Amino acid sequence: MADLEQRRIIFKHIDEPGYSNDIACYVRNGGYEVLKKSVLRKPDELIDEVKKSGLRGRGGAGFPCGVKWGLVDRKSGKPIYLIVNADESEPGTFKDRYIMHQDPHQLIEGTMISCFANNVKQAYIYIRGEMPHGARILEKALAEARAAGFVGKNICGTTYSCDIFVHRGAGAYICGEETGLIESLEGKRANPRIKPPYFPAVLGLYQCPTIVNNVETLCHVKYIAEFGGIEYAKIGTPNNTGTRIFCVSGHVQRPGYYEFEAGKITMGQLLNDVCGGPLPGRKFKAVIPGGSSAKILRFGERYKGKRKVGADMVDYDWGVEDVPMDFDSLGMVGTMGGSGGVIVMDDTVNMVEALANINAFYSHESCGQCTPCREGSLWMKKITTRMVHGNARSEDAALLKSVADQIPGRTICAFGEACSWPTQSFIAKFGDEFKNYPESKKAVKPAEAQTLI
Amino acid sequence: MIQPAKPADLVTVNIDGKDIAVPKGTNVIEAARLINVDIPHYCYHPKLTIVGNCRMCLIEMGMPAVDPATKAPIMDPATGKQKINWIPRPQIGCGTNVSSGLHIRTQSPMVKDCREGVMEFLLINHPLDCPICDQAGECKLQEQSTGYGRGYSRFVEQKNVKPKRTQLGPRVTLDDERCILCSRCIRFSKEIAKDDVLGFIDRGSYSTLTCYPGKTLANNYSLNTVDICPVGALTSTDFRFKMRVWFLKQTNSIDTESSVGANTVVWSREGAIYRITPRRNDDVNDTWMADSGRELFKSVKSADRLTAVKVNSADSALDIAINAATQLFKEGGAAVVGSGRSSVEEQFLTKKLADALKASVSLVSRVGEGDKLLVSADRNPNVRGALVTGLIKSLPSQKLTDLAAAIDAGKIKAVVSVGEDLAAAGLSAAQLAKISIVYLGTHANATSVAAKVVIPTQSVFEKNGTLVNQQFRIQKFARAVPAPAGATDDTVVLAKLAGVAATDIASVWKLIAAEVPALTTMSYANIPETGLLLDATPFAALPFVEGETLHYKPTAPVAATA
Repeated sequence: MADLEQRRIIFKHIDEPGYSNDIACYVRNGGYEVLKKSVLRKPDELIDEVKKSGLRGRGGAGFPCGVKWGLVDRKSGKPIYLIVNADESEPGTFKDRYIMHQDPHQLIEGTMISCFANNVKQAYIYIRGEMPHGARILEKALAEARAAGFVGKNICGTTYSCDIFVHRGAGAYICGEETGLIESLEGKRANPRIKPPYFPAVLGLYQCPTIVNNVETLCHVKYIAEFGGIEYAKIGTPNNTGTRIFCVSGHVQRPGYYEFEAGKITMGQLLNDVCGGPLPGRKFKAVIPGGSSAKILRFGERYKGKRKVGADMVDYDWGVEDVPMDFDSLGMVGTMGGSGGVIVMDDTVNMVEALANINAFYSHESCGQCTPCREGSLWMKKITTRMVHGNARSEDAALLKSVADQIPGRTICAFGEACSWPTQSFIAKFGDEFKNYPESKKAVKPAEAQTLI
Repeated sequence: MIQPAKPADLVTVNIDGKDIAVPKGTNVIEAARLINVDIPHYCYHPKLTIVGNCRMCLIEMGMPAVDPATKAPIMDPATGKQKINWIPRPQIGCGTNVSSGLHIRTQSPMVKDCREGVMEFLLINHPLDCPICDQAGECKLQEQSTGYGRGYSRFVEQKNVKPKRTQLGPRVTLDDERCILCSRCIRFSKEIAKDDVLGFIDRGSYSTLTCYPGKTLANNYSLNTVDICPVGALTSTDFRFKMRVWFLKQTNSIDTESSVGANTVVWSREGAIYRITPRRNDDVNDTWMADSGRELFKSVKSADRLTAVKVNSADSALDIAINAATQLFKEGGAAVVGSGRSSVEEQFLTKKLADALKASVSLVSRVGEGDKLLVSADRNPNVRGALVTGLIKSLPSQKLTDLAAAIDAGKIKAVVSVGEDLAAAGLSAAQLAKISIVYLGTHANATSVAAKVVIPTQSVFEKNGTLVNQQFRIQKFARAVPAPAGATDDTVVLAKLAGVAATDIASVWKLIAAEVPALTTMSYANIPETGLLLDATPFAALPFVEGETLHYKPTAPVAATA
């Protein structure tokens, strides 16, 4: 299928035979040429290109990158910091890791262009604590880039200087939340800050204006600087420009990472054609399209409504397979594009047990600062754990939903949504399974069931 | 307390349909308080930074709708008023500062639902051991659960287990299971006490308050963490399990350990004091006080308390003792040693006594090190009272050298000491033996042993009076507990000695108002609970010993013009 060809921009060299992560290989493949040209342009021009490109953040929220840069307080007289959010922790997501492991100079170049565009003199790469190998690679790559004059003093022979430092994270999911990350980078416990007043664009790192961008986002910036915002906007669909990397995991024939133009591929194409469909003799049951915090989609559901195509409003009637993989379409069907971590579950999966797993993760990762998330996430975990350990009650489904409903929108950061959306959506879509769970737990094990140990 | 503001700084906000003008920058909790709307909260404290972590103060917020293009107001045809764009998500009241036109709903279904949700979450891992908890009766969790609690629990899981009795320091015991992780104590230690020793370990619901390894919560302000703890997690090791708070009577008082004059509340029952806590005064001590000031009540019932009037070491009665003292004075050569720890009323009467005897007056100073917060260098609480009443003209010295010289010269034959230990103030045993001493005091010491006449008096907790603090703020204290039998109010004793017809504090104040120019318009009753600032300019030339403390900046002494 011609239209299912991957469009690899960011992952162009990932897994390419013979491609290594040293600077010689990167430069051989045309690396740092964009940076050399960019530092001769006007910074405002570069910001403008990013605005025109319509680039949306790839960390999960899909916030327009140009708008984020536009919010930065440039009149305060304080230094502006840029932080690369490389704390990739959302379960199901493994794209940034590959960029950093196999093509670190791409990230460094994108970061330097973004720094130059925003007059940043100091940038940090906050890499997840559990990725020591990635940190070592980045340190080495930075040393190489510094030696070659692409990072540090007088970049590419100009008067512009900017240094990048690698900071290893503190080993918690919440360190990926931008204000939590800033606190952690300052050496404190990664408790997210209240907004207002602590918007990073105004009062970020060390109370200075700060830009926090995802690894993939900054790599896109490099591409935008190379080809121009308007050219970039032609990739993908309007309002969902560029490519997206999908990290498919779970019950498909060929799990892995795939880069496609945003919105040009549907969920069905991705799972069936690209990933080879369900495992032999199985059927797809559900899919989480944007990392484990995104709301789950149930195969067999229909989504109806009106959507904008060009200037017209068009009716749509989609099954899960028909949903285009972009921020807006996934938003319309009640979930989100998130970080691009597509988690597939087939008919062997018990949803109560799947939710117990997700709840265990989020209760472990709640920072404990604000009440609804701290207490709610652990309560939900305790309920689902009790259920899978044979003490399920028929009223647990209703209780779980009620607990989950008390969390989102009432917390300091978006973790409240992240920890409650799975429970809300699992109960909404597989409520019968939760209600019947006490009975099914009691059912005698089928004779053909495998003994695991 | 919100300072009166210029009209220009006021903005009009609408809270539950009521318009109110409040100073710009006030947060929603404080603004609502002005119209007696209570927004429940735990982590917010008016004197600490805002963290917004308890989520109890969630409110609904909106702004008047304007057309984005023309900026013209959008009217609501149903009401004829400007339409309000309500934000769909609840916002925290503590972290939201008012701006012009802001609309707040504190009683909407969404707000009620939020509060009930937070309440339930706070209670699921809380031990609910109110029957044995010291905080019961003054517990915010208990109070709010009557308004927003469910009345039964949906939580059937195991509660979290945490340390039950951690000794955070010499005076504070922590029950971690009761802690709701509001972080007030952490912020207090860091921001006010400047002793950053508290923090959370572990994460999520297992977060546990503790001291940094190798450190203890031992600073002289540690008990403030107990005061601000909204639940029974931080408890005073001294007060723990002693008394239910609803049995205690509260009496407003003043901390007499230094010239700061922190406002306090004395908690007592059946004549016994159980604890002292700070009372809010934004111009003096905010909501804090030192731990050292909370222990002062322990001397009230100490074994060396004087309870018997003595004349020549034999038990006697008050009037006989007064007569005996008067006889001593008749021989001439009398001197008066007043006190910077006496109240304004007592100092006034001390002056009357000195005038009647034509005696010289000395005071003993007590100088320590100030801690820059709420304990100042001058450990006498009322030296400025002695200045205002005219008892002294210059600042006292630490030793009574002039008096000692006069005794050696044989000029002084009788000394009245108002609570001061003359031996500690530099008089030798030989000098004490040369004179006849009339001692008015609460506790036994070398002077009371050497005295010809001993009249037991009352402690600050047993009488009414006023003190003038380092800011020249006159503040009053009231009688919390009855004095032990045999101890008489100092004012009564001094009035009798001086031959002044004054039997109670009101009658003393009539005389004060008539004779002391700085206090002419005052009476004990009309001094507000937060005190009144007096004119300090007549004393600007004096080199006071205090350094900077909270709400006090010393001014360099102005050279005397005369």
